[in-house]
Parts: sequence; structure tokens; C-alpha cells
Amino acid sequence: MRPCDSISAAIKAAAAQGRPALVGFLTAGFPTRRQFGENLAAVAAACDVVEIGVPFSDPMADGSTIQRASFIALAEGVTLPWILQELDALPRPRTAPILLMSYLNPLLSFGLDKLPRDAAKAGVAGFIVPDLPYEESDEIRLALGREGLALVQMVTPVTPVSRLAMLCKSAQGFVYAVTMTGTTGRSAEVPDEVLDYMDRVKRCSPVPVCAGFGIRSRAQVARFAPHVDGVVIGSALVETLERGEDVRAFLGSLR
Amino acid sequence: MPETLVPALDRLQAGVNRYLHSEDFQAEFHHELKTWVGRPTALSFAPTLSKRWGAEVWLKREDLAHTGAHKINNAVGQTLLAKHLGAKRIIAETGAGQHGVASAAAAARLGLPCVVYMGAVDVERQAPNVGRMQLMGATVVPVTAGDRTLRAAIDEALRDWVSDPDGTYYVLGSAVGPHPYPYLVRELQAVIGREARAQMLALAGGLPDVAVACVGGGSNAIGLFHPFLRDAGVQLLGVEAGGRGPGLGDNAASLTFGTPGVLQGSYTLILQDAFGQVRETHSVSAGLDYSGVGPEHAFLRECGRVNYESATDEEALDALGECSRFEGILPAIETAHAIFGARRYAGSHPGSRILIGCSGRGDKDLSILQRTLLKA
Repeated sequence: MRPCDSISAAIKAAAAQGRPALVGFLTAGFPTRRQFGENLAAVAAACDVVEIGVPFSDPMADGSTIQRASFIALAEGVTLPWILQELDALPRPRTAPILLMSYLNPLLSFGLDKLPRDAAKAGVAGFIVPDLPYEESDEIRLALGREGLALVQMVTPVTPVSRLAMLCKSAQGFVYAVTMTGTTGRSAEVPDEVLDYMDRVKRCSPVPVCAGFGIRSRAQVARFAPHVDGVVIGSALVETLERGEDVRAFLGSLR
Repeated sequence: MPETLVPALDRLQAGVNRYLHSEDFQAEFHHELKTWVGRPTALSFAPTLSKRWGAEVWLKREDLAHTGAHKINNAVGQTLLAKHLGAKRIIAETGAGQHGVASAAAAARLGLPCVVYMGAVDVERQAPNVGRMQLMGATVVPVTAGDRTLRAAIDEALRDWVSDPDGTYYVLGSAVGPHPYPYLVRELQAVIGREARAQMLALAGGLPDVAVACVGGGSNAIGLFHPFLRDAGVQLLGVEAGGRGPGLGDNAASLTFGTPGVLQGSYTLILQDAFGQVRETHSVSAGLDYSGVGPEHAFLRECGRVNYESATDEEALDALGECSRFEGILPAIETAHAIFGARRYAGSHPGSRILIGCSGRGDKDLSILQRTLLKA
């Protein structure tokens, strides 16, 4: 199975058991570099897909929690080469496929010529690049595609219908349906319009759809569940790690 | 740029296409520039600097524009555009506070609420401008994340815009950010160069040998340079903030020391480490203290049409003192970088005719000057 298909397969496997897939996010090397392997294992054991945040100096799409985690990880000396090296050293096979969430500049700095190979070697299945518009994404999509890695596309409630069709058409792994206009982490109420929008995305998308941004509670997960294939848990999970609380218990409480 | 902003940027592009060069919009814009901003601004001959430097020195006096700097040209143009696009509020970022003051003034004039994001470091070092913004009804939000200067303020303004892309218009203050901003800001600021070119022909009897401007994000520089790009005989010189020296983190000279990368929606030259992390900058001038630079400047440097150099904190302050003492003009510390660059040019090109973009006045810098020049 190509790495990008392993993401869709993991999400579908959860759905087949009648539960929404959990995509768990953690910032690499937060709160310390030393805890990365341990935290990753805990998140992977309780999630269907793991999203690892590559810290960046200008996290413009992120709210205060992930900004803070990002700045602390940078102060810890976390870099993309370090993350790939750590992942490469971890045991395989993995229970949950791993995605890297990185802003564009650290990827460009690493070099698009060697990124796909090194990422594939480290067992990464795909990337989410939150500041990369679709119109500028061909180069990186093609590069990742050579190793079978996914470039996960985001859509939002303000994405026009015609654009939604275009974005979904080339989607790989899953479609990341942002629940609201805004940055990550702000707790979102789930009005009916948002569920209608999730239904529209579902109808368009050839791959599973996961809702993300501001999902923190069992009630929110239950409301989204009939309309999507999975949910992304980001800031709430990072805050759990920050408080040193039991990640498995928190994730277990969501579904 | 996040996907959430793509439809908003598409709408902005459509608005730029529809209004920016329309007769009605231009008439309204130029009416505001003439009757409220006080354009055209003067072109002043600088007799004493000319004598001291062995050159013929002319100053394009953007410091005389309403609110004290060139920033008002762009702010009033974009706020007019925001009204045409049906925005309910405007937001802006500011470094030195000049763009914040200009946006607050334009918003008050045109009747829109205004929120200004300003790095906490800048709130402190440009305190008088915070008060000016508040008096004109703007809400000033200090930004404590990231580097707590201009770059963090832009990040925070983008986060605000992501939260309300339909109702909010983001008045970006420099020729940076995602398309169409660098183009839009250049078009609105090009009035500087158009006036200066005509005034040089009328008052100096010919075009300058060189036009010099300071470059942070690069809005006053692109506004001055753009109308001269086709004049092959006119050299163009941009002067960046050399800060304390050439080390990463000691300056804000992206064109001199930067490498290619993507920052805040532009592919340009940025000050970054080996892992693509954008580094903090240092400059005595808040308005130049930015890790990137407008992408058009990166292009003009690459194709060789414009030369870029830097001036250190100390050199800029020295030039500020000289201009104040001998011409009776207290320039902004940002502007003083250009004045130093012009002086250095005069040193190697005796007798040349030099046009300096005097981008703003230095009243806002008094607290820094009291700690530096006035103390010495």
C-alpha cells in the first residue's frame, strides 16, 4: 500500500467499526525534546492517524496554544531534520500513519529535492501545509507523489462551491475540513450550517473527510460524527500534554 | 496563505481590477490626497547638505504629508477601496506606528472602525503614536507573541482577518504580503515618484543621477523608484537597516544578508536560519525592523535595476543629526538611513544630482533620540 493510501485506509477502518476516526495532533518536541517519543507513542496508541507539528517561527494559522507550543519547541532546538531522524529511529510497523504539519518555509529550506525521500524513509505518510494555497502546490504535490506521500488539502466554510470541487478533486489521504473561519484552538459551537457544509464536502470528496479546528469535547465529536469520517484533535490535545495529563484518557473520553 | 483567506484575496484582486484604475476611484483618491493629505508634497533643495557633500541634494518631502509620513497615501487609498468593497471594519498592523496612525486617520475620515495590531516592543518605543491612534478612535492591540515587533503584528492581523474574512478589510501597510498587496501598495505609493519626477524636471532642470530611499518592507522605496524604472540614466539606491552589524539577528537587511524563502505570503529574501525559521531582527528604527522585504525589491535586486546597501544604527543617527542641524528638517530614523546612503553615494560620485525620499518626520522618535543623539 502506498503511504498516502494508508491514511485513507486507517480512517476508513475506524468508520467500518462505527466510530469517527481520531486524528491526534502534537507539536514535535513539546514540551521537551526528550518526551517526544513517549508522547508520540501515547497519541498513536489512542488515535487512528497522528499529525506531528513541525514548529515554525510564524504560525499564522494557529491560535495561542499551538503558537506557544511551537515557540517552546523552537527554543528546545527542534528542527525538521531532527524530527525525521527521531521518527526514523522509532520501531515499525506503526499502528497509526504519521502526517507532518509544516508551514511552507521549513520545507523549502530542507529542500524539495530530498524531502520526499527522507520523509518516506522516516515512515511519514504525508504532509499538511497550512499556508500553501492550492494554486501554488503543484511542485510539492508532484515531489511528494514520487514517493507516494499525500499532500492533504484544507477546505473551509468560506470556500466557494466551485473551488470546493476543484480542491476535492485532487485530494489525497483525506480532506481536512476546517470547521470555522479563524485560527486553531478556539472552541467552536457546531451550528447546523457547519454540518451542512460538512455534508457538501463529503459529497464532493473522493477520499475521507475529517473536521478540524476547535474540537475539544465528546459532544462536538458526536455532533460531527454522522457527517464526517473523522475529527482532528489539536489544541486540546496539546493542552493535555502541557498539563502533563493522561493523553489516552482524554482521547478515550472523546468517542 | 491559509485557504480561509484565498476567497478574500480573490475578492481583493477583483476589487483592485474593478476600482483601482477606474476614473471615479482615481478622482476620489486624488481629491483626498489633495484636500486632506496635502499633496503634492514639496520638493526641497538642500543647500547645506549639497555644499557639505559636494553634490546637488533634493528632498522629496513625504514628511510634510498628513500624519507625517508617506504611509497615508496607501492608507487612504486602501480604506477607500475597503468602502467600495463593503467592508464593515478595517484592521492594520504597524511597526513605527506611522501606518497605524495613517490607517486610524483614514478610518476616522471615512467612517469605519479600525483595529491596529502593534508589537509590544514597538508600543513602548513609539508611545506617542499609540496615543495618536487612540485619539482618532482606533483600538490598539499590543502583540506579545513572536518577536513582538512588525512581523508578529502582521501575523496577528492575518489571524484577525482569517477570523472574519468577509466583513473585515486588512489595510496592509507595506509592499509585502500575498498578492495583490505588493502591487496595490506600489500603485498607491507611486504618486511619490510621479510627483518627484515632474518636480525634478521643473525645479532642478533635469532628472536626478540617483534616487535614494530607505527599505524596510519597501513601500516608500517602491513608490519613489517605480516611476523612474524606465529612466535608464537614473540610478536607484535602496538603503536597508544595517543595525549593529552583519550577524544574523543584528540587522534587518534582508536584501543584503537574506536568502530566498516564503514569509507571510511572499516568496522573497528573508532573514532566516538554516532550518527555514525566520529570525528576529534588530534596528534602531521600528519601521525598518522586518525580517522580509517586498518581493518586487527582491526582483529588482536580482535583475540589477536597483542597488541595495545598508546603513548601521550609528550611521543613520549621524545622518539624522546632520539633516536636522543643517537643513532644519528632523527626519524619521527610517528616513535617516536613506540620507546616510545618499551621503555615501555623494562621497564616491562627486557633483552628482541626488534625490532623497524623505519618507517621514522624526517627532515620533524623540524618546529614542533622547537616549542616543541628545545624550551624546
